[in-house]
Amino acid sequence: MSCCATAVATTLDAGKAGQTLPTSEELWLASRALRGGLRRTDLSVPGVHCGACITTIEAALRARPEVERARVSLSSRRVSIVWKEEVAGKRSDPAELVRAISERGYETHLFTPREEEGDSVLKQLIRAVAVSGFAAANIMLLSVSVWSGADAATRDLFHWVSAMMAGPTLIYAGRFFYQSAWNALRHGRTNMDVPIALAVTLSYGMSLLETIGHGTHAWFDATVTLLFFLLIGRTLDHMMRDRARSAISGLARLSPRGATVLHADGSREYRAVDEIEPGERLMIAAGERIPVDGRVVLGSSDLDRAVVSGESAPMRVAAGDIVEAGTLNLTGPLVLEATASARESFLAEIMGLMEAAEGGRARYRRIADRAAQYYSPVVHLLALLTFVGWMIIEGDARHAMLVAVAVLIITCPCALGLAVPVVQVVAAGRLFRGGVMVKDGSAMERLAEIDTVLFDKTGTLTVGRPRLVNAAQIAPDALAMAAALAVHSKHPIATAIQDAAPRVSPLEADVREIPGAGIEVETPGGVYRLGSRNFATGGPGSASGQSEAVLSLDRRELACFRFEDRLRPATASAIDQIGEMGLTVAILSGDRKLVVQALAEQLEIKDWKAELSPRDKVQVCADVSDSGGRALMVGDGINDAPALRAAHVSMAPAAAADVGRQAADFVFMHQPLTAVPFAIETSRRAGRLIRQNFALAIGYNLIAVPIAILGYATPLVAAVAMSTSSLIVVANALRLNGLASSSAHEGRWSAAAAQPSGSGR
Amino acid sequence: MNTLVYLMPIALVLGGLGLAAFLWALKSGQYEDLDGASWRVLDDGDGRPQD
Repeated sequence: MSCCATAVATTLDAGKAGQTLPTSEELWLASRALRGGLRRTDLSVPGVHCGACITTIEAALRARPEVERARVSLSSRRVSIVWKEEVAGKRSDPAELVRAISERGYETHLFTPREEEGDSVLKQLIRAVAVSGFAAANIMLLSVSVWSGADAATRDLFHWVSAMMAGPTLIYAGRFFYQSAWNALRHGRTNMDVPIALAVTLSYGMSLLETIGHGTHAWFDATVTLLFFLLIGRTLDHMMRDRARSAISGLARLSPRGATVLHADGSREYRAVDEIEPGERLMIAAGERIPVDGRVVLGSSDLDRAVVSGESAPMRVAAGDIVEAGTLNLTGPLVLEATASARESFLAEIMGLMEAAEGGRARYRRIADRAAQYYSPVVHLLALLTFVGWMIIEGDARHAMLVAVAVLIITCPCALGLAVPVVQVVAAGRLFRGGVMVKDGSAMERLAEIDTVLFDKTGTLTVGRPRLVNAAQIAPDALAMAAALAVHSKHPIATAIQDAAPRVSPLEADVREIPGAGIEVETPGGVYRLGSRNFATGGPGSASGQSEAVLSLDRRELACFRFEDRLRPATASAIDQIGEMGLTVAILSGDRKLVVQALAEQLEIKDWKAELSPRDKVQVCADVSDSGGRALMVGDGINDAPALRAAHVSMAPAAAADVGRQAADFVFMHQPLTAVPFAIETSRRAGRLIRQNFALAIGYNLIAVPIAILGYATPLVAAVAMSTSSLIVVANALRLNGLASSSAHEGRWSAAAAQPSGSGR
Repeated sequence: MNTLVYLMPIALVLGGLGLAAFLWALKSGQYEDLDGASWRVLDDGDGRPQD
């Protein structure tokens, strides 16, 4: 199977790139205690996507003696493991479990289970759909008998049985609509749920009166069927959001769960991030993320600050320097003194900025609600006029009321309530297959409206990882030696050398890494050094700084490696496609001017801005909307997060910082940037279908409403009309899948779905 | 009319059984991993259900 071939290929990768696995302490902290000395750990494994993956992981886990149960869920890309705290008197080590999975080539991440609340709502909705479906089917059977001629006592019996089924169903399954309608009314607004709640309640009450008075027409079937259809729409809507949310939250996380605290007496303790107080000393090993803002007390290292500043080159830090939470410690161990608690750290400040930037988004009203704004007053007025009209003509309050209720039922936004969610679920499914996750339906509505696309540079247009550019000019021996040295470092340049080397055989000798300089090793043949020119040859450093590395033997230069950040695949074609859609493209970056300019020229983007702070980026987004434009922001770093919120709609790659992914409306899982035009195109198409569906629903009403007003709408006619309109709308929505797609994206990258995602960084 | 006295409760009880079965299946987590379930069907491991 293709996917598993890549999985095996990444085994080596995970080994050499040294994916930092969660430590035992962290896993204990994150696991849940069950009865009988068992614990449960949930891990996110974004790489699983077929049956073979399930079998591989489950078999690997079951082979371990401490594992009681292991089950992979393919839908949520998670594995849940129940393990014994002790095996044969020995405390078991949860890190072994994670290692067992990563040895099979799958990336694993812990995730925070607090995201699970959405699940219970979904279950309630599905239960409500089941109950209303059951009631609808049975009442419909009874109604068919009434329509085909049951009368007198039989008809009354059927009506009573229907009433007894419809009543509890209304309370149980209808509560979603009542709650939402009540909420809207209390705040002086109307939404789609107000006419629904009113129609359902009135029709039930009216039918009950009819039944008591031995009447011929009762609307129980219409009431419950309406509820059933609408609940399906509601459930689909919820499912779409839920699925994206669980997939997004399961990906790599940036903020560490805890850190090792050093006490004054020299003892160590692993503690959750929230419990770290300012003034405490923390041990940060190479490869860990900094949990809270702090000052370096001991040690020196290189920090990857890309998520904070957008700067692609690592920064050197030594004792006395200030470090921000969320940055990645690359090369040497550090001892920090925390200067802020987790709540007051850099991350928290960004959160504040994000909340402030929320404005434009909160004002956006979903298309269905905007439609409801006009729709519900018209419908209610129509029903009222019908009632008054029939009162004037006939003076029979009962009959006038019946006709008015018929108008309410027939105009009830059944098709409208289904139209939007069904289209959006189909579109979200299409995006999902193309590797794009949607957080909620309104994001697609907003994406269809944009006129400007703003790109961040590092991590968005570029992969944020340097690549060796002069590999062809370097002797294979030198490259192999450099790669063998590089295996011992997590520095991005070392990783780039490993990537360029065809095969890496690690050295057995004692390798030392000097933070901020490079790596050296003593061999019988002499001292090999790999690092900055200054470090390797003792000569003067070069101006280009981080973009080159020198390999030397006893200070004699053997080779000089040059690097540049590589573009995300298909970037140029993605920019072209966006241009063809008639959208303006611009770059917003926090990186240095020269770097941004070079990239902008390469991509032929005229509009670019460099050295922007998070606040500046928000300002640019605000400027766009002030001048009447609507911007799509594509970015990945923490520094982009406020702008992601401030823009009309936003998108982030899966490898983005946690905060960035949370802030974005769309997350794309695969490497190529064509995901951006693909998402725009799909959203536009979905927007067109939604408008078509509205047109269909209005057309249906134009035919059905006169029939109802004239009093010809018997329950049979209403049931037929309502169901047909719903089915037409659903059928139209399904066309989104069938439309001849110009999306090479979808086809091309469904194969790329094989790649364990999140391996971009 | 007399037959209805038997038939209607029977119909409702049968429908109710179906509903109960669905709710039980939902509760016991059988709809939690639909993607995985479709693969597990094809898995010819040792034949015992995987927990």
